[in-house]
Amino acid sequence: MAARAHEIETALPRGTAAPPPALRCEGLWKVFGADPATLFRNGGRPDADALKAGGYIAAVNDVSIEVAAGEILIVMGLSGSGKSTLIRCLARLIDSTAGRVEVEGRNLLTMNEKDLIELRRHKMGMVFQNFALLPHKTVLDNVAFPLQMRGMGGRERLKRAREMVTLVGLEGREAYFPRELSGGQQQRVGIARSLAVEPDIWFLDEPFSALDPLIRREMQDEFLRLQRMLHKTIVFITHDFEEALRLADRIVIMRNGRAEQVGRAEELVLNPATEYVARFTREVPRARIVTVRSVMDAPDGAASGRPVPASARIEAVARRMIEGEETVPVVDEGGALVGSVRRGRVLDVLFGAA
Amino acid sequence: MATATAPAAAPALVLSRPRLIVLAALLLALALLLLRPMLPDGLVRWPAALTPDFAAWINGVFYFVQEDLGLTVVTRAVATLVEWLLDVVRNLLTGERGGFNVEPVPWLTVAALVTALGAYLGGLRLAVLGGGTFLYLALFGQWKDAMLTLSLVLVAAPAAVLLGLLLGVAAYKRAWFESLLIPLLNLFQSLPHFAYLIPVVVFFGIGQHAGAIATVMFAAPPMARMTLLGLKGLAPSVHEAALMSGCTPRQSLRHVEVPTARDALMVGVNQVIMQCLAMVVIASFIGASGLGYKLLLRLQSLKIGQAFELGVSIVLLAIVLDRFSRAYAAKKPVHADRVTFRTRWGWPLIMAGVLLLTWGLAALWPVLWEMPRHLDLGFVRLPLTLAPPIDALVDWITTDLFNALQAFRGWLLLTVLIPMREAYLALPWTAVLVLLAGLAFAAGGVRSALLVAGFVLFLALSGWWDRAMITAYMVSFADLVVIAVGLPLGLWLGQSARRAGAGLAVCDTLQTFPSFVYLIPVIMLFQVNDVSAIAAVMVYAIIPVVRYTIEGVRAVPSTLEEAALMSGANGLQRLWNVQLPLALPHIMVGINQTVMFSLFMVIIAAFIGTQDLGQEMMRALSDNDVGKGLVLGLCVAVMGLTVDEIASSWSARRRRELGIV
Repeated sequence: MAARAHEIETALPRGTAAPPPALRCEGLWKVFGADPATLFRNGGRPDADALKAGGYIAAVNDVSIEVAAGEILIVMGLSGSGKSTLIRCLARLIDSTAGRVEVEGRNLLTMNEKDLIELRRHKMGMVFQNFALLPHKTVLDNVAFPLQMRGMGGRERLKRAREMVTLVGLEGREAYFPRELSGGQQQRVGIARSLAVEPDIWFLDEPFSALDPLIRREMQDEFLRLQRMLHKTIVFITHDFEEALRLADRIVIMRNGRAEQVGRAEELVLNPATEYVARFTREVPRARIVTVRSVMDAPDGAASGRPVPASARIEAVARRMIEGEETVPVVDEGGALVGSVRRGRVLDVLFGAA
Repeated sequence: MATATAPAAAPALVLSRPRLIVLAALLLALALLLLRPMLPDGLVRWPAALTPDFAAWINGVFYFVQEDLGLTVVTRAVATLVEWLLDVVRNLLTGERGGFNVEPVPWLTVAALVTALGAYLGGLRLAVLGGGTFLYLALFGQWKDAMLTLSLVLVAAPAAVLLGLLLGVAAYKRAWFESLLIPLLNLFQSLPHFAYLIPVVVFFGIGQHAGAIATVMFAAPPMARMTLLGLKGLAPSVHEAALMSGCTPRQSLRHVEVPTARDALMVGVNQVIMQCLAMVVIASFIGASGLGYKLLLRLQSLKIGQAFELGVSIVLLAIVLDRFSRAYAAKKPVHADRVTFRTRWGWPLIMAGVLLLTWGLAALWPVLWEMPRHLDLGFVRLPLTLAPPIDALVDWITTDLFNALQAFRGWLLLTVLIPMREAYLALPWTAVLVLLAGLAFAAGGVRSALLVAGFVLFLALSGWWDRAMITAYMVSFADLVVIAVGLPLGLWLGQSARRAGAGLAVCDTLQTFPSFVYLIPVIMLFQVNDVSAIAAVMVYAIIPVVRYTIEGVRAVPSTLEEAALMSGANGLQRLWNVQLPLALPHIMVGINQTVMFSLFMVIIAAFIGTQDLGQEMMRALSDNDVGKGLVLGLCVAVMGLTVDEIASSWSARRRRELGIV
C-alpha cells in the first residue's frame, strides 16, 4: 500500500489528490491492411492469428494509457514499434481503427472536423523530428503561424510570437529563415511554434533525434527548463533510453504495437514486466535511477551520520557507503525519520546482488 | 525463378527466366518472318476491310461536341479572351494595333529592364546575357519578330502554369482524379507537337490565339506532373505540422504545402517556359507570327543565312528565359540584419530609374524608341547581318563538298537505309507484337506485356502500319548511331568531375534549344531529304544519352570505386565491372528519353521531306482533318509509350535488384 502511495506521489509531482487525466486512451488500435474495419465488427477484437491470416499489421495494438495533467510521459521503443503511430493516433493526425482517445473527458475520435481544428488551434501543440518549418517564412512568422491560422490579428500575434522566440532563446534571430539556422536552432523554432497557442497538451515526436549528441543534451536541459515553467501535459517519443530516463515522469515501452510496460524508470529497472523490458534495462546505470526509498529498511538505531532524503538516488549515498559507513538514516521531505539504508543493499544496486 | 530450383548448376549456362522469354519471343518472331509467304495475309498486315475507321469516329465526336453541344460558344469566348490578352501584350512590345492602342515600350527600355532584371537575379553574368541578347535582337533587325514570339510566351506560359497547377493540386487532393490524370499525362506528353495543332485549328481556327492555345495545351502537362510530384514528395510531417497548427485543408494547401513544394514547382515553371518557346516556334504552322514563322518561311525558300540569324535569336531567347527562370527558382530568401531603406526599396528604385532614364532617352532620340528598318550610322549600317558569310559557307558546301556529301548520302541510302527500311516493312505485325510483348514481359511482367501488345495492336489496326514502320526505322537507325556515339562519350566525360561538369553544362544549354532550330545546320549540310531528317534526329536526340550516362557514372558511390581500385582493377576493368552495371538503369532512362526526343524530331522533320507518319500529319493539318491527325498522333504516342514501358520497367526492376533508389 505504501509503495502505491509513493508511486502516485512521484508520478504527480505537484498534485496531492489525483485529478482526472488530461489525456487518456483506451483499447486503442491502429491496424494497417486491406479492410481492417472487418476485424472489429460488432465490437470484436482480433487476435494475433486473425491479424496474421489477413495480412494485417497492428501498428498500435490494444494500447491503454493515461497522462496526468503536467506529467511527462515518454513513449519509448525501437523503430517500427508503433510509437510514432501511437502519437499520431493520440493527436488524431491519423484515424484509429478502434478504441477511445479522450482529451479532458471529450472523445477525440468522434469529434467533427471543425471541433478538431478548434482543439488544435487552442489545446494542442506538436514538435516534429525533422522540424517541418515553413521554408518561405521567417522565424517570427513561423512561430506566429498557428496564431495566424486561427485568425489572430497581425500585431497581437507577432507580439506573442516574439515572446515565444525569447522563451526559447532565439532573440535576434527573428528575421532569419529556417535554412539559415542550425539544426538545434531550427528545433527551437519548432518548439516555439508548438507553444505559441499555449497548448495544454504537448506532443513531441523524437524532437531531438536529428541533432548531434552535445546539442541533444543541451536541448534536453532546455526542455526540462521550459517544462518547469509551463507544466504542460506531455507525450514525448524517443528511441533513446538515456533520453527517456533523463526526462520522464513515466515511461511506456512499446514493442510490435503493444505497450509492454508503463511505469516510472525505477519500476522498469527493478520490476521489468517482460523479458523484453528486462533486456532493455539491463545496461542502465541503476545507481542513478533507483531511489533510496526502494531499498530502505525500517528505522535503525545504529544509523548514524548525515541523513539522506528518501527520494534521493542511490548515487547520492554510494560514495559514503563504499568509503565505510554501515547504515545511514533516511528522512522524508519534512525531515522526519522514515527508515535507514544499509551498506549491503546499496552495494547490491551498484554491483548486482551477491 | 529457374535458377532457384538448380542453385548448384554452373551459373553461366543457366538461362534466367527473362532471358529465356526474350529468346523464345525472338525465335517466334523470326519464325513468323521466315514463314511470311505461308502466313495468311491477315497476320502480315491487318486486313483493310477490318480496319476500324478511328478517324471518322473521332471526327464524329468532335463534330458532336462542337456543333451539338455548342462548344463553339465556349471556344469562341476563350479565343476572344486570349486574342485580347495577346493584343495588349503585343501592342505594348511592338506597337502593333490592338489592345489599348498605345505607343510601344521603347526597345531600349525593354533591353535595359531585362539587363537590370538579370543583374537582380544572377549578378553580372545574367545581366550581360540578358542585355547582350536583347541588343542582338535590336541590332540584327529581329526586334519585332522576337517581341511577337515573346508576347506569345508571356501570355501562354502563365496560363499553362496556372492550368498545370490546378490540375496537379486537384490530383493531389483527389485520388480518383490522380489515377485518371496520370495516364492522360503520359499520353499527352508522348503526343508530338503537330497532334496538338490540329484540334486547336478545328476548335479555334488559325492565328495568334490558336498558336497561344496550342502552346498552353502543350506546356501544361509537365507543370501538372511536377506539381503532383512536388506535393506528393513533401515529408508527411509538413502536412502534419499544418494540421497541428490548426490549418483547414485550404489553409494548409495555400500557406504550407504549395510554398514548401516551391522548388519542384519552379522546376515545372522552367519546363513550361521552355516548352512554350519550343511550341510557339512550331505553332507558326497554324499562324502564330514571330521568329518561328519567319524561320519557317526562310527554310522553305532555302535562305539559310537568314534562317541562321533567326535560329540564333531563338536560341538566345531560349537561353535567357531558361537561365532567368532558373536563377529565380534558385533565389532563396535571405534575412536582412537591419531593414534599411536600401534593402527594402533598392531594386524597385533601380528598376524605376532605368525605366525613366531609358524612356527619356528614347523620347529624345526616336532611334532608341523604335529601331528603323534600315539605319546608316556612318561607321556601320544597321541592321547587322550574318547572312552573307553563312550563305557563302552554304554555297561552298553545296558546290565544293557536293560530290563528297552526295556520295556519302548515296552510300548510306543504298547500303544501310533502304535495306533497313525494306526489312522493317517486311515485318509481319504479328512478329513485331510477339517480339515487343516478349521484351515487355521480361522487363515488367504480364501487365507490361499486355500493355505493349495493346499498343502494337493499335498500330496494326490504325491503318497506318507502313508509315509507322518507316518512322520506326528512321528512329531506330538514328538512335543506334546516337547510342553508339553518345554512350562512350558520356562514359568518357563521366570519368572526371571537371569533364562531367562541362559536359552537363553543354547538354543543359543544348537541351534548351527549341527542336526546330536543329533543322538549320542539317539543311545547310544535306539540303532537304531523308538523310537530313535522320541527321536532325541524331543531333537532337544525342543529348539525353550523353547527359544520363554522365549522371549515371557520377552517381556510382565512391566507396564502390574505391573497393574496385583496392581490388586492383584498372580503368577499363572498373568501367566494365563497376561503373557500367551500376549506371545502366539510369542510362536506360536516358535512352528512353532519346527515343522520345527522336520521335518528336522525326515528326517535325516531316517538314523537310519524309514519308512517315509526320508527312501524313502535315497533310492532315492542311486538310483540317482532326480524326486523321489524332490517330496519327496516337500512333506516334503509342510507339513512344511502348519503348517507355519496356525501358522504364526494366530500369525500375534493375534498380530494385541493385538496391539503388
